[in-house]
Amino acid sequence: MRIAVCLKQVVTREWHVRVNASGTWVRDDEASWGMNEPDGCALEAALRLKDAHGSEVVAISAGPARVTQVLREALGRGADRAVHVTGDDLASGDAFTVAAALADAVRGVAPDLVLTGLQSDDQGFAQVGGVLAERTGMAHATIIVGIEVGDGRVRVKRELEGGWFQWVTLPLPAVLTIQSGIHQLRYATLKGIMAAKKKPIDVVSAPARPEGGPGVRVLSVAVPTRAKQIRLIDGAPAEAARELVRALREDARVLGPGDGAGVSAHTVEPGA
Amino acid sequence: MIVLVAEPHAGRASRASLEALAAAQTMRAPITVVLLGDGADAAARDLAAADGVVDVVVLDHERLHAYAADAWIAALAAFLCDTAPSHVVFAHTYQTRDYVPRLAARLDRALVTDCTGVSPIDGGAAATFTRPMFQGKTQATVALDGPAPHLVTIQIGAFRADAVRMASTPAPVRVIAAAVDAADIHQQVEPPFREAKQAVDLTRADRIVAAGRGVGSQDGLTTAAELASALGAELAASRPVCDAGWLPMDRQIGSSGQTVAPRLYVALGVSGAIQHIVGMKGSQTIVAINKDADAPIFEVADYGIVGDLFEIVPAIVAALK
Repeated sequence: MRIAVCLKQVVTREWHVRVNASGTWVRDDEASWGMNEPDGCALEAALRLKDAHGSEVVAISAGPARVTQVLREALGRGADRAVHVTGDDLASGDAFTVAAALADAVRGVAPDLVLTGLQSDDQGFAQVGGVLAERTGMAHATIIVGIEVGDGRVRVKRELEGGWFQWVTLPLPAVLTIQSGIHQLRYATLKGIMAAKKKPIDVVSAPARPEGGPGVRVLSVAVPTRAKQIRLIDGAPAEAARELVRALREDARVLGPGDGAGVSAHTVEPGA
Repeated sequence: MIVLVAEPHAGRASRASLEALAAAQTMRAPITVVLLGDGADAAARDLAAADGVVDVVVLDHERLHAYAADAWIAALAAFLCDTAPSHVVFAHTYQTRDYVPRLAARLDRALVTDCTGVSPIDGGAAATFTRPMFQGKTQATVALDGPAPHLVTIQIGAFRADAVRMASTPAPVRVIAAAVDAADIHQQVEPPFREAKQAVDLTRADRIVAAGRGVGSQDGLTTAAELASALGAELAASRPVCDAGWLPMDRQIGSSGQTVAPRLYVALGVSGAIQHIVGMKGSQTIVAINKDADAPIFEVADYGIVGDLFEIVPAIVAALK
C-alpha cells in the first residue's frame, strides 16, 4: 500500500503574530516555521500504518523553497520519499489553490490512501481534504481518529460532536483528514535524520491558476479587538494573586469570604 | 436570494442552524431554507416562521436519513443548480466540515468557512466576511471571487439563535424528491456511538479550573489541581491536555468536549483556540493566566494575569487561605 501525506508548513504557535504595515497579511518574513500540528498527526498515522503493513509513505508539501524543512522532518521521522510542489503564492493561497497544487502531485504518486490534517493552524479553512478528494475523484471522510485498512477498503472512526463517534467504510483510494490526538507523535532520531539526507525529494511546479475562477481573497488582517472589557492585573505574583482573589470576592462576587480556607487535599488526581 | 441549509436535531432546527439563520437575515435578501436528514419535516416548521424566509424545502430520499457525505453533496448540488442563489449559508458544524468543501469543489464555487461576521455590500447582492486566522490571533476580512453562488459557513456561537426575527405568516413548506443515485454514495456508515459513559458532568459545575497546553506536563497539572482544590472547583482541560493523556477525555471543554457556563472559569495556560472558546465563553466570570499576552483567551476573559502560571497559581492558592 502507498500512503501520501500532505503536510503544510505554517508559522509556529509560539511566533508572536504581527500584522504587516498595509494590514493585508502577517509579517511572515519574520516568522518561525514548523509542520502544521494536525498534519503531524496525519504523518504519524501514516507511519503507524507503515509499521503495521509495510506501506510506502510519501510526504507532499506545497509552497516556497522553505517548505523543504517539513519534508526533511517527515523523511527523518520515517517517510520514504517526498514531493515538493513549488509556488511562492501557495503559502498564503486559499484552499482551492492549495488543493489544485496537491491534486497534481497526488495523481503522480498514485496512492491508495491520502492523509492530511483536518485544518491548518494558519488560515484554518478546513477545506483542503474535501476539495482534494473531489479533484482526484477519491472517496473521503474527515475528522478521523482511527483507521483500519482492509482489502481494497478502509474503515475509519469519525469524531462527531459532543463525544460521539461513528465508523465509516470507504473504498480505496480515499482521502482522510486526521484529528489531533490520534497518536503520540514520534520524533526524528539522529539515525533517521542521517538516513533522510539520502531520501529523494522530487520537485514539481504548481499548475497555473485559471483567471476569474472561484476563490477566497483576503482584504485585510487585524489583531481582534477584545469582546469584553478585561482587567489585566500586574505586579509580582503574590501581589497580583492577592488582588485577583480580592476582585473575585468583592467585585465579581463569585467567591465567598471563606472560600479556599482550610482546603488542602486534591479533589481530582491528574491522569485519573 | 439566499439558501440556508439547516440541520435537524431531535426533531427541531439545531441551535447552530438558527444561528446561521440569524446571520443570513443580516444579508437582507429573501431566504430559502433547505433541510435534509431525519427529523427534517418537523424542523422545517421551526424555520418557516422566521422573518425573510420565503420558502422551506425538505429534500427527501431514502438515502437522506442517516448522514453520508456523498448523498448530501449529490442532493444539494442538484438543488443549488436549479435554484441559483447568491449565497448558500451553513452552520460550521462537524457535519458541514465533512461535506461542504467537496460540495464547493463539485460546484466549482468559492467557499469561506468559520465566519464570525457578515457585511452585505451593494444592497445585499454581495458581502464580505470576517473570520479568525492564525489560531484566533488575527481576524481577517475576506471577499469571495468567481461566479455565484458563494458558500459560507458560520462559526458556532458567532450569532445568537434568539436573535432570529419572526414573521407574522409562516412560509410554505415543500417536500421535494432529491436527486440522489445510490451508486454515487461511497461512504458506508454505521450508527453513531458514545465511547465510554460520560463519567463527569462538568456542565453542572459552579466553578471550573481548566488546564491548557501551557501547563507543560502531567506534573504541571498538579498545580492546576491544587487551585481547583482550593476553589472547590472541578478540574478540566483543553483538547491538547486530554490528547496527551494527562487528563481523561471526559474532562475536556470545547467543541469536541463539553460546553460549560459556570459562575467562575479559570483558564491556566489555555491559549484560547476557538474550539475551546465555544465551550466556555458563556461562563459568568472568566480568569485567564497565560505567559503569552497575545493569547486569544484574553479576548473573552474578565480578569487576566500575564505571567508564569507556576509562580502565580501557588500565590493564588496562598492568597485564598
